[in-house]
Amino acid sequence: MSAALLEATGLSLRYGPVAALDDVALSIWPGEVVAIVGESGSGKTTLLRVLSGLLRPDAGEVLYRDPAGAAHAVQAMPEAAMRRLHRTDWGFVHQNPRDGLRLGVSAGGNIGERLMATGARHYGAIRAEAVEWLQRVEIDPARIDGLPRTFSGGMQQRLQIARTLVTHPRLVFMDEPTGGLDVSVQARLLDLIRALVADLGLAVLLVTHDIAAARLLAHRMLVMRQGRVVEEGLTDRVLDDPQHEYTQLLVASVLAA
Amino acid sequence: MTAPIRSAQGGAPAGVEHRNRGPAGQISGYNVGYLDENTKRMIRRALLKAVAIPGHQVPFGSREMPLPYGWGTGGIQVTAAVIGPGDTLKVIDQGADDTTNAVSIRRFFAKVAGVATTERTAAASIIQTRHRIPETPLREGQVLVYQVPMPEPLFRLEPRVAETKRMHALADYSLMHVKLYEDIARHGHIATSYNYPVMVGGRYLMSPSPIPSFDNPKMHRMPALQLFGAGREKRIYAVPPYTDVRSLDFEDHPFEPIRADAACALCGSRESYLDEVVTDDAGGRMFVCSDTDYCTTRQAGREAAE
Repeated sequence: MSAALLEATGLSLRYGPVAALDDVALSIWPGEVVAIVGESGSGKTTLLRVLSGLLRPDAGEVLYRDPAGAAHAVQAMPEAAMRRLHRTDWGFVHQNPRDGLRLGVSAGGNIGERLMATGARHYGAIRAEAVEWLQRVEIDPARIDGLPRTFSGGMQQRLQIARTLVTHPRLVFMDEPTGGLDVSVQARLLDLIRALVADLGLAVLLVTHDIAAARLLAHRMLVMRQGRVVEEGLTDRVLDDPQHEYTQLLVASVLAA
Repeated sequence: MTAPIRSAQGGAPAGVEHRNRGPAGQISGYNVGYLDENTKRMIRRALLKAVAIPGHQVPFGSREMPLPYGWGTGGIQVTAAVIGPGDTLKVIDQGADDTTNAVSIRRFFAKVAGVATTERTAAASIIQTRHRIPETPLREGQVLVYQVPMPEPLFRLEPRVAETKRMHALADYSLMHVKLYEDIARHGHIATSYNYPVMVGGRYLMSPSPIPSFDNPKMHRMPALQLFGAGREKRIYAVPPYTDVRSLDFEDHPFEPIRADAACALCGSRESYLDEVVTDDAGGRMFVCSDTDYCTTRQAGREAAE
């Protein structure tokens, strides 16, 4: 497997005078977890939105290679193809589970939506799949008809992950998946994500400001500051031997428990 | 103030014969069919586009009509645009020819278009309807005009109109299936008994106006032309003759039209759609056909046989 799943070159995007992205390049290979770390406002989330086609950059190109091996320019894709991609090959896990879930729809319906969007029309099969995924993300299957708003924050996040992964995407974008959760719940969620990623051979682009989460999950790491990638490398290398002064600062500012 | 706009008498050209003309024939002072010719032309253009794209909602410049929203302003404008002197009009409201809404719309067109009216489904060339499709199968050449309160089938699920338009454009209807899934999860079956969503021509999701799901199968490959007008929402859509209209369902929970399990107390029909009528305040009730024309025809046939 030598071809990259997603390849971005020369991405630039300005919000008025502010450069949110400044000549960013990035590649991700199948089965790889790449973390994008940096402080608030460094352009992490903007980069994620550009890579996933939600935002159009001022300059640069994002190429996605489909399972057949053909490369598609994400920004030039028609909207219908983009939607199809987002509900089959790709997944997006939002920081706030409320953005990724339908709160008025039961847990089973939330998980089933992507299946039904891709043509599943057998109620029993959809429900069986939903039960299986609830178990995989450690939610009691008895809650399948419960509404997400009656779930705790951690459960909502796990439900969002189940809903995203049910169609077996190849590439998942995660925007601060552990943000807003307390520490013990975070630890369980990270553990769960790690197990699922290894199980399914997912490629994951993970945006986080949590260095510990990045260390636990990511194979590779990009450090961003003011819209630029200041350092890039294997996670352990970046964290144990940071080269750029900003990365050194970032690593030094992590509290040791 | 003095010149009466409605001179009650005369107006219809002499020598034109109409069966069962309205009480005074066509009144003068109004254009034929109430709407002016430019408005009718605008509505016809919308209708042509709607017929060309079955199930697609076409916006149109809905006019103020002399009846309140919710009483059929959309249907009445569509009827006014397609009605001609040779037409025979039938109007039903919940299947009945004799309710206020049906009677007043029928008299309205007898007055402003000078057309013949009828209560017999088979004799009508245009049938304007609210909430029902007649029991008697419609034939080629007939036009069925529906009064539609809410044309957007996704409106309860997706509040943003721009987003529902995008969903139609991309044929992204998983949300409607999620709704049906929720129905089964909660009630054990699909609990939608009216306004049951349909796919038209395998492409567009369409609201069949609030007809009972019992009537949905009648829309499938119907020989008559079906036109839908929503006055308040300013949308027109259509199903041309012999177009596939499928009710959404699941493989293991197929679509099932809902009908009260009883026979009509008047004509004894076990096939027609029934209304439940409360007859006293002691729990007395009876089931009668919702389609009055169908019911009286059957009763007359039974009496003739006896």
